[in-house]
Amino acid sequence: MSAVAQKAVSKFLEFIDADIAAYAESCVHCGECAEACHFYLATKDPKYTPTYKLFPLVKAYKRHKAPLSGLKKMLGLVPAEVTEDELREWEPLVYDACTMCGRCTLVCPMGIDIAGTIRKMREGFVAAGIVPEGLSVAAANAERTGSPMGVTLKALSAQIVRQEKETGIKIEIDKKGADYMAILSSMEIMGYPEIIGAYAKLFKQAGVSWTISSEAFEATNVGVQIGDGKMAKMLVQRIVDAAEKLKVKHVISPECGHAYGALRWAGPNMVGKEFSFKVVHIIELLDQLRREGRIPAGEKDGRRMTLHDPCQLIRRGGLLQEPRTLLDDSCSDFIEMEGAGIANLCCGGGGGVSANERARELQMAAFAQKLKQINDLGDIDAVVVPCANCRTVFEDGLDEFEVDLEVVGLGELVAETLASK
Amino acid sequence: MSFLQIVEGPLFYIAAAIFLIGAIWRVIGIIKIGHKRDLAPPKGSGKVGFVAGNLRHFLPRKIFAKRTWVHIIAGYSFHFGLFALLLFAAPHIDFARDRILGFDWPALPRWGFIIAAQFAFAGLIMLWVRRFSDPVMRLISDWDDHIGSWLTFLVMLTGCLALQESHNALKAIHMLFVDVWLIYFPFSRLMHAGTFFLSRGYTGATYGRKGMTL
Repeated sequence: MSAVAQKAVSKFLEFIDADIAAYAESCVHCGECAEACHFYLATKDPKYTPTYKLFPLVKAYKRHKAPLSGLKKMLGLVPAEVTEDELREWEPLVYDACTMCGRCTLVCPMGIDIAGTIRKMREGFVAAGIVPEGLSVAAANAERTGSPMGVTLKALSAQIVRQEKETGIKIEIDKKGADYMAILSSMEIMGYPEIIGAYAKLFKQAGVSWTISSEAFEATNVGVQIGDGKMAKMLVQRIVDAAEKLKVKHVISPECGHAYGALRWAGPNMVGKEFSFKVVHIIELLDQLRREGRIPAGEKDGRRMTLHDPCQLIRRGGLLQEPRTLLDDSCSDFIEMEGAGIANLCCGGGGGVSANERARELQMAAFAQKLKQINDLGDIDAVVVPCANCRTVFEDGLDEFEVDLEVVGLGELVAETLASK
Repeated sequence: MSFLQIVEGPLFYIAAAIFLIGAIWRVIGIIKIGHKRDLAPPKGSGKVGFVAGNLRHFLPRKIFAKRTWVHIIAGYSFHFGLFALLLFAAPHIDFARDRILGFDWPALPRWGFIIAAQFAFAGLIMLWVRRFSDPVMRLISDWDDHIGSWLTFLVMLTGCLALQESHNALKAIHMLFVDVWLIYFPFSRLMHAGTFFLSRGYTGATYGRKGMTL
């Protein structure tokens, strides 16, 4: 086995726990997962069958780690070693053709978590140095600045000043002892900075004490997307250190799908300890404040709207009801798309796919599936997308297909429809 | 000792021992790999999620059912038919009473056997035909999938031929395939019958800890 393949296989084996072993042992190759995958649905190419994307990892498991593999090896019944060529052949399947959306798990008769397994499989590809260029650039930016887009504190400060002027509300940086520390995604800071103003407006009305750290304001965890555990840990640790330094009780995860999972569910496991603060998603917090009567709803937005379910928040994050409750209060003409909720289609650009220029054609083909789902609803004025990455994918896709549809963030919508005091 | 006596005597007991020890070894081996303790504060119960995951995946989701109905029908048809035959065919109950358990239970009437066999054969054949006719299944299937299907088919076919128990040779052939099937089982993908609860359960537990309803 080549040194490159050896590095990947060693990492695969390191990450194969009882869960992945059970998945590898239970897959009966029924292929039903293909029918849930937006990349297969868009292309009808069998190579996009989700379980097929796992083949090199399963081969390594069956040869080296599976119970009875020693006996089977003596009888010549184990698969051949994974080769470097094979890894290079699979790399586009693992990075371009999987957004780690987890829809395939829902259709799988064995309940196999293919998305979670792909996440761990990517660790092997990173160890072997076989990763797409677009993601490597994002990773290098994150290593340098903490942000995949290279967003600096100076850029954030400029956006904060602008939002302070817009809202007339002072936004305090590095406020020690605040109850909440907000983190933001690069996409939000550069593309949708009005969310900062929305936070200021909502939290002022609710009487929430909050701040933004100058040392850890970035929520995006490119380490999780690319599959680099070391980097993922470093990015989480940065947030933990800042939260502990400011002695906050909560960290608010923004409208960004994978950032929530990376911090809320994987974060403590990455840094190896329970956090001294709670991680709360902005949608969870707004729902809580609404229920407590601290941000009462005012006049509803009359536009006909639908909701896109970001996979990492809804299907893999458990925040199914909260955005719907907030939307019911904020929108007078809210309509659900077919398959809404836990089984909704992915936008096609999560899991680092949108940062991977090579995957653009495939991503657009997948987005066309999403667009069809929305078009099937008839006349829609706006789609609410509570994830900055999905939002960028939507805006890019709508532009590509020349569709006139407004894309709205949920936090901004809640702020805009807030009852005036 | 006749051929029949060998295949339903010592060879059967050896095959059954390999089946049991191998299958248990493999399930315990998976569990023993273990996983790290989850340090993220849970929103719900992992144990409840484990059970919920196991139950939920028995039921197809409407949104996918219209695309996967062939598999759902064939899969349930084959598995229900097979278990009905395995557990309630009169010769199987007699064999279990005389050679293993010492007690018996009501058997399927002859018409029930025939219906169960038809469901099992129809399901298995549909699933196997899809292995080479459907481009997705053709790509992902390997020799293990085909051998498992064929062995199961031959066990069922020879079982039907031996139903009258009029010829010892037919019964012996059936028992020979049963023995081969038992020996093959723990080394093959047929083991999904013993590992599916872990696969569904582990995912269900993860979802459960996140407070999610599958």
